Amino acid sequence: MDEEIKKPYEEMDIDELIKSQPTDPVLYCQDLPKPSKPLGIYMEKFLNWARANSLWFLGFGTGCGAVELRPLMTARFDVYRYGIAGRPTPRQSSVFVIGGYASVKTIKRIVRSYEQMQGPKFVIGLGSCTINGGMYWDSYNTINRLDHYIPVDVYIAGCMPRPEALIAGFEKLKQLIKEGKAEGANHYAENFEWYKANQKKIIKDWNMPDYNW
Amino acid sequence: MQRLIEEISQRYPVTDSKVSRPDQSWITVPKEKLVDILTWLKSQKEFTHLAFFTVVDYLEQGKFQLTYMLHNYKTHKDLGVRVLIDRENATMESIHHLWEHAHTFQREWREMFGIDFPGSPRVHEPMILEGWDGPPPYRRDFDTKKYSEETYFPRPGRETHDPREHMKKKLYPEES
Repeated sequence: MDEEIKKPYEEMDIDELIKSQPTDPVLYCQDLPKPSKPLGIYMEKFLNWARANSLWFLGFGTGCGAVELRPLMTARFDVYRYGIAGRPTPRQSSVFVIGGYASVKTIKRIVRSYEQMQGPKFVIGLGSCTINGGMYWDSYNTINRLDHYIPVDVYIAGCMPRPEALIAGFEKLKQLIKEGKAEGANHYAENFEWYKANQKKIIKDWNMPDYNW
Repeated sequence: MQRLIEEISQRYPVTDSKVSRPDQSWITVPKEKLVDILTWLKSQKEFTHLAFFTVVDYLEQGKFQLTYMLHNYKTHKDLGVRVLIDRENATMESIHHLWEHAHTFQREWREMFGIDFPGSPRVHEPMILEGWDGPPPYRRDFDTKKYSEETYFPRPGRETHDPREHMKKKLYPEES
């Protein structure tokens, strides 16, 4: 049946060796993000209730505000009772907490992590730096407004906000999700060109795989 | 320390010197002699540790001041070797052959001040700023506020209050 007998690699010359390699495997998604349609009123209400009660956030300390995420998991604050848990990878999480200032180098990783997260996904901007730059408002290398680069659902003001404020922010996010107002991922997909234009304005060299770039 | 400075002055041209503490002193030397002096201090005088290496921008004089801070572990004395170089086409000899970790400092000064260190390993690679195409940001003629306003979408509504006036108005409104 299989008439073509495969030569062992050691006997091949260089041209045959190149031909025998698989051609350009696509290891990442090249499609543009698509807005997802709601599944009907009652189904969507049920799903939103379920989503709101298991918020898994990405444990990626993007700025100094990430120190306020650690006490959340301790016995004193214990956010697990609210259904909030930290996850180590963007693929498993639904909430992205941007902890404080984001430099250009970090925003590159933030955008990539945000795009890797599976929808429905929500973003909490933690600290003044994400709102208007905070104390780094005139810095040459930190962004001023996070909502120009990724859609933000809830901002928590403060420098730094206490863990109680963070819990209040998560509660606010829950409320928004239950009301069906946390549509950041759809907004991102619909205004993809605008977001990408803003990102490209500051990120001059994208040294990661061409992920929708 | 004074004895050491005298000994250096006999061998090399030292334009300025100062003993700031019994265990710390500073000398200023010409640019061409710097690597010679550092080599001599490291090999003969046991200043084996490069503690830090900093740059100050003297915009008014058109100079960069480079400071190489050396430490002697035997006597626990610090010696700062300073050198002034021109701001225009700033170039300095690399010292990565004396202290290997100096190339990290040199990469940073290349990026932040635009000082070239020919021959230093990976000196042209970006270190902190990825894909930066503006002027070197630590130079004092770089207007960081203007750059930020042009680049990063400032949110309108930021106000600045003089704390004294603000609290006066808030606490004693009838007086103001």
